[in-house]
Amino acid sequence: MSISIDEAVSKQTHGTLSGLMARQTFWVFVAFAVTILLMSLASDVFATEKNLYNVFRNFAFVGIMALGMTAVIITGGIDLSVGSTLCLAAIVTSMTMGAGYSVEVGIIAGLAASIAVGLVNGGLIAYVGMPSFVVTLGMLSVARSLAQVISNNQIVYQLGPDANAIMALGGGSSFGALLSPFGASGGIPNPALVLLVLALVAGFAFRWTRWGRHIFAIGGNENAATLTGVPVKAIKLSVYVVSALMAGIAGVLEVGWLGSVTVNLGTGMELQVIAASVIGGANLAGGAGTAFGAVIGSALIEVIRNSLILLGIPTFWQGTFVGCFIVVAVLVDRIRAMRQSN
Amino acid sequence: MAILELNQISKHFGAIQALNGISIALEEGEVVGLMGDNGAGKSTLVKIIAGNFHPSGGEIRIGGRPVQFNRPVEARENGIEVVYQDLALCDNLTAAANVFLGREVRKGFGPLKILDYNAMYRRAAELFKELKSETRPRDLVRQMSGGQRQAVAIARTRLSDAKIVLMDEPTAAISVRQVAEVLNLIRRLKDQGVAVVLISHRMPDVFSVCDRVVVLRRGTKVADKPIAATSPEEVTGLITGAIQEA
Repeated sequence: MSISIDEAVSKQTHGTLSGLMARQTFWVFVAFAVTILLMSLASDVFATEKNLYNVFRNFAFVGIMALGMTAVIITGGIDLSVGSTLCLAAIVTSMTMGAGYSVEVGIIAGLAASIAVGLVNGGLIAYVGMPSFVVTLGMLSVARSLAQVISNNQIVYQLGPDANAIMALGGGSSFGALLSPFGASGGIPNPALVLLVLALVAGFAFRWTRWGRHIFAIGGNENAATLTGVPVKAIKLSVYVVSALMAGIAGVLEVGWLGSVTVNLGTGMELQVIAASVIGGANLAGGAGTAFGAVIGSALIEVIRNSLILLGIPTFWQGTFVGCFIVVAVLVDRIRAMRQSN
Repeated sequence: MAILELNQISKHFGAIQALNGISIALEEGEVVGLMGDNGAGKSTLVKIIAGNFHPSGGEIRIGGRPVQFNRPVEARENGIEVVYQDLALCDNLTAAANVFLGREVRKGFGPLKILDYNAMYRRAAELFKELKSETRPRDLVRQMSGGQRQAVAIARTRLSDAKIVLMDEPTAAISVRQVAEVLNLIRRLKDQGVAVVLISHRMPDVFSVCDRVVVLRRGTKVADKPIAATSPEEVTGLITGAIQEA
């Protein structure tokens, strides 16, 4: 039977539901929800306000960085330097404040340091054409070393006259009074609020801005993006700056949460951040990823970690569980893609 | 007056001379077949016209006015559109997103502008309808057939009021029925006064749609003749070098 072009064209490929079911993010969200449900039944402690408060605060740092990492991964790159960048930003912020400057100056100095890291990364990758893996691997080493040089490898715990302000920012919470009728008088930890705001901004930028469209285009086919006039170099530079800035924001918040900074801060964190992004649906080959996925990926890792502790399983098993989750999440995605192409 | 004029265009990459004093003029609504063996310089020439490469020497004139392109966007702004050999499509984006890649439609005020999905879907649907192609603007290019992908790449050239369309092997990797579709489209472009440069290896395509054929061999123009005054045999001879020049 033949149908007219108009009919053929107006047909939708996916319904809303089947479109949703086809997404990795959706299944990771289901896994997240199921884990929470099971844990609420299996443990008396899990669903308490105090535990959930901790879970939310803990994954916020990785989540914030995963947003930037997702942007990088969408373009087909990788940023291995985020853990070191976080440390550098934290050291710069804490030492600036320790030298007697205000909290604002401290934060600006820390974020400026992270932006500088991003500019070097992005400049070498976008304009010199070096592989992102190599450049950011180098920066992983350089940024941490600079943090050691600046701090003389000492713990920084003197946060100057504005110490309370930064500790309230990173370690405090908001909306306690507002949420107390719902049994959450502790409110929402500030890092989680920052994550929420940044996730909304990132989600909006990915879907509704030309910048977002272009990062997906670069990840899908960089050559095509160049040929059609997408400013590929500038956009690539921008994603590494965004990634570094996210690490800087997480670093500043950690200063406030911990109240002191050591040069080990954020060691190995890049792998957690990449894991969170990948579990959340970012494709390391480029061209796919969502802000919601980055958040849910980080949340899932933290919930698993928390669950293992509460269930009394030795913490050494954490790596195994998280590692299996990375592989399974990507495997499910592969199987789905194979089915689709058949 | 010629709409596109190339005067003594040369290009070398280091010691390699890719193009050697090429001069071609295109009239409005003229379809010129650009033929030559692999490495003859066809793609290099197209990339120069499209603003991907700077010529090492020579001059490009559009409507009599000398132009210089530093980026593909500038060529586009001067009414030159290209359909690339690999079509330059992003598999992970929708058909509409690919059509509008690099010149997305946005709405909003001042610096706060967001992508206007509806406008782009609507316009893309119109373009596909014009092309009589069963291509859905919201489908991902990854899921499309060769002909649909071709339609997406060609729809791009129709977005603006292009005066010159360069097509690099548009019929190389598609089915017989789709080849006929593409050739029909070229005729439609011609009817609207668009000048088309068709790079092709396929003699039947060139002889069915082109007004003129230009043959390159090792970076030099060896023939520039009306289709009526030549034959596939002669062109083959020119391409291989069996016939030196015509």
